[in-house]
Amino acid sequence: MDFKFTEENLSRIESVRKKYPDSKAALMPVLYIAQEQNGYITREVMDEVALVLGIKAVDVLGVATFYTMYHTSPVGKYHLQVCTNVSCMLKGGYEMLEETVKKLGIGVNEVTPDGKFSIEEVECMGSCGTAPMMAVNNDYFENLTKEKLNEILDSLK
Amino acid sequence: MAKMAKIIIDGKTYEVDSSKNLLETILSLKLNLQYFCWHPAMGSVGACRQCAVKKYRDENDKAGKLFMACMEPVVDGMRVSIEDPEAKEFRAGVIEWLMTNHPHDCPVCDEGGECHLQDMTLMSGHNYRRFRYKKRTYRNQYLGPFLHHEMNRCIQCYRCVRFYRDYAGGDDLNVFGVHSSVYFGRHEDGVLENEFAGNLVEVCPTGVFTDNTLFQHYTRKWDLTSAPSVCVHCGVGCNTLAGERYGKLRRILTRYNGQVNGYFLCDRGRFGYEFVNSEKRIRKPMLRLSGENRLSEADEETAITEISAIIKSSRKVMGIGSPRASLEANFTLRSLVSERNFYWGVPEQEFSLLTKEMNILRQGSIRTPSLREIEKCDVVVILGEDLTNTAPMIALAVRQSVRQVPVQSATPYKIPHWQDAAVRELVQDEKGPVFVATPYATKLDSVARTFRGSADEIARLGYAIAGAISSDAPKADNLNEEVCVLSESISKALNKAERPLIIAGQSLKSEAIVNAAANIAYAMRKAGKNVELCYTVPECNSMGMVMMGGKALDQAFHAVEKEAMDTLIIMENDLFRRDEKQAVDRFLKRFKNIIVLDYIENATTERATAIIPVGSFAESDGTFVNNEGRAQRFYQVFVPNKEIKESWRWVRNIMVTSGMKEFSRWKNLLDYTQALIKEMPYFTGIDTITPPPGFRIAGRKIPREPYRYSGRTAMHADKTVHEPKPPEDVDSPMSFTMEGYRGQPPSSLIPFFWSPGWNSAQAINKYQIEVGGPLHGGDPGKRLIEPLPNAKPSYFTDVPKAFAPREGEWMLVPVYHIFGSDELSVHSPGVRELVPKPYIMLSPDDAARLQVTSDSELELGIGGQVERLPVKINLGLRPGLAGYPVTLPGMSVVRFPVSVKISGVKK
Repeated sequence: MDFKFTEENLSRIESVRKKYPDSKAALMPVLYIAQEQNGYITREVMDEVALVLGIKAVDVLGVATFYTMYHTSPVGKYHLQVCTNVSCMLKGGYEMLEETVKKLGIGVNEVTPDGKFSIEEVECMGSCGTAPMMAVNNDYFENLTKEKLNEILDSLK
Repeated sequence: MAKMAKIIIDGKTYEVDSSKNLLETILSLKLNLQYFCWHPAMGSVGACRQCAVKKYRDENDKAGKLFMACMEPVVDGMRVSIEDPEAKEFRAGVIEWLMTNHPHDCPVCDEGGECHLQDMTLMSGHNYRRFRYKKRTYRNQYLGPFLHHEMNRCIQCYRCVRFYRDYAGGDDLNVFGVHSSVYFGRHEDGVLENEFAGNLVEVCPTGVFTDNTLFQHYTRKWDLTSAPSVCVHCGVGCNTLAGERYGKLRRILTRYNGQVNGYFLCDRGRFGYEFVNSEKRIRKPMLRLSGENRLSEADEETAITEISAIIKSSRKVMGIGSPRASLEANFTLRSLVSERNFYWGVPEQEFSLLTKEMNILRQGSIRTPSLREIEKCDVVVILGEDLTNTAPMIALAVRQSVRQVPVQSATPYKIPHWQDAAVRELVQDEKGPVFVATPYATKLDSVARTFRGSADEIARLGYAIAGAISSDAPKADNLNEEVCVLSESISKALNKAERPLIIAGQSLKSEAIVNAAANIAYAMRKAGKNVELCYTVPECNSMGMVMMGGKALDQAFHAVEKEAMDTLIIMENDLFRRDEKQAVDRFLKRFKNIIVLDYIENATTERATAIIPVGSFAESDGTFVNNEGRAQRFYQVFVPNKEIKESWRWVRNIMVTSGMKEFSRWKNLLDYTQALIKEMPYFTGIDTITPPPGFRIAGRKIPREPYRYSGRTAMHADKTVHEPKPPEDVDSPMSFTMEGYRGQPPSSLIPFFWSPGWNSAQAINKYQIEVGGPLHGGDPGKRLIEPLPNAKPSYFTDVPKAFAPREGEWMLVPVYHIFGSDELSVHSPGVRELVPKPYIMLSPDDAARLQVTSDSELELGIGGQVERLPVKINLGLRPGLAGYPVTLPGMSVVRFPVSVKISGVKK
């Protein structure tokens, strides 16, 4: 599979690059752009990022595999990130996670066969005041209860 | 003078240097403390949490607190405890964590018995595994012919990437993943690109990176017979430890020398040794019997009798010596044929350039630094040398000198310089001034400001720098703007430097470059500045050769034209590598008898009428002089078969048999060395760089084998059930057995590094006066070249003219390859894999003009012959120049300077 940035993303990369002293420093935002376009980051994507930025592929791989928010394998259209860190745990974070698993019939770090959903257990996302919480892609859903969770999942189907 | 501090460790008071960290101090005191991520050459990062000790506020503080010793500066009045139970428990706990994922595969691990992780685990007392879960596993990578990768063993100390990236400047090894899936490797399988990657074998505290060449003929480390040796693959003279078992050389390790190579070696030096085991080795004397056309094997006695008869019946015998043979070997041959008939087997051009380098250093006022001192220089100007390929370890030293200026910025922030992570965070990508002037792009360019041009252009830049420093130095005229600007900024940097260094050499076969480098140094000195000058030399004893002096190969060619000679003795030298084939052919045809002493078959041995099997570095003793003028002794590692003897012993035996009875007095190496000094007094002192053969400690010799050596009663069982008498060594105070003195030997006689509880290379700490400092008793070797402080050498004035490309003609510049340009290492299978195919290097402009790409082939007329060579494009090369890889297998030998015409292009 060949990966190429779209024209629009190339110009976004160009403007991102200007914010940093060198291209290596622009790697993280550029990886995000790549993930946005491709859904997840394959070796081909990393090679293309290295090429576009003029840095070594070995450095891209180092960064992409260090941060958990870069996906190196496919995730669902809706990527559910359920927090089980201290505050959420105390307020029922694990129950929320279990409910999600039960509802969707897949395990943590798995994708539904139709490619719609994937679940990830995450650490604190900075929303402790409204625990328990989960994030669906970039949106936060807070003060969760089982009912609310089911409602949200149903609305996404 | 270092500031001293009094510290109390476990109730005992010590007076120590306060500029060091606590871990270094503890190790320098020869106390034991576990560590992983700290490395004496790379400083502290505090990553592994292994070196925890208790630190107390004052004498009333009984509880104390845990601190990492590697991160603690030594402070006067400090109270610490290594033995505190809580600290001990903490350290054992850390090892237990680190070991949770370790495969415990010591019995099948190449590192076993020489493993820092084993040593540290034992030292910590951790011995029972409580972790019951699955271990993480990895896929290993193919990393090339030199290194074997076994990631499961990793304990995440990060030393490999710190060495590879930060110290050696490599960029294709990195760390991936996070948490328990951290992975050290390349982004895909492939040969590690860095020339110093082999050091990972010693840098890795366990068996993640192991020596793949050893793996091919593996033997347990404690079963090796080892001896102190000196690398033969370039002129830098790194100290090595060579290990043998069952008549095969098994591996090379670094032999620490605080003044020369420190803790490291280049890959050519570490992995080039396998030529010793090559199938092309000459193991028996070969004679051409009368009436026969080909050589046949002979025994030692017959060979000596026959060859002595030839020499006795010859009217004139000519001897050709070699810069890859020891001083003693060359001197003995010279004694056989007399000074008049002795010639060095190197072209006049090389010989006179090297002589010039030596004279500048010996008769001038400029000091030449040791390899270790190069690391301390703060501004470096390199003229004409592709150091990574001509003197790799100097390139590694220059990479450290790059840090000298930026590291100073840590001082105002009170960050000690050993705080590696903090210093690097502060310094970022800032680099000290290094200038590289070479014809083509080189690896050191990444840390340097560069200049590209022909040898003459580089020399003109050198003259321009000298002229900018001192107004009375001869100046180059008609300089273009680039040279004016660059020479101005180089001279400014040099003037600001505390410890500037000029590096040059004879690689480009240009006298003007050697002169220009000297002029810069002279100009600096005139201006009252401190300056050092380093010249590279091509072979392990090139400097020894020109110190002995004499005549070069060209003169030998002339001599046979004038006067008939019947016998030629060539020692450890393949003349077909030295000059154009026709010239060597014509020369050899003049002789009835050609006696060749060598260890490996080559074009010259093919022409021999008698071949004598001599010992390589591993089967000989002798003395080499490195580029710095340091005389260093190397010792025989093993006795392969009785016919293989040192060149000097063979020649002496022939002399004695052919009637020169006075030489029967020469019995061991010391006799030869002393005879050499008597005739050439400037070698005075080289007989005492190592203890004499009669040296004993408490009546005992130094054993070449460690006390765990096994199998000596069984290893000859296929031949005899009686344990044979071990070979005797009359040339050194070392034995070929495991019996002898078990303490630390004198620094020049260290056959392996070992100390109770310290089985890995980290045992070096115990052999040093202080960590990273000189060995006990001083670093071995003796500098024979020291400057004359009052000398007032005059400037050289041969400023060359600017280079102007000529239409349809290309000026060849020599190109060097770390793997390929050296004669011996290419016989090692691993090195052989990395030797490039013959090619010609073109500039991008010329390639565009000729409409050729990297796939094209060019037809060139060189020395009356036509050669077809594929094209490689080098972005740095200037138009009108073409790079010609010298002495690469498959390339012909040419005399520089030479211009070629391109007679055809195949696209």
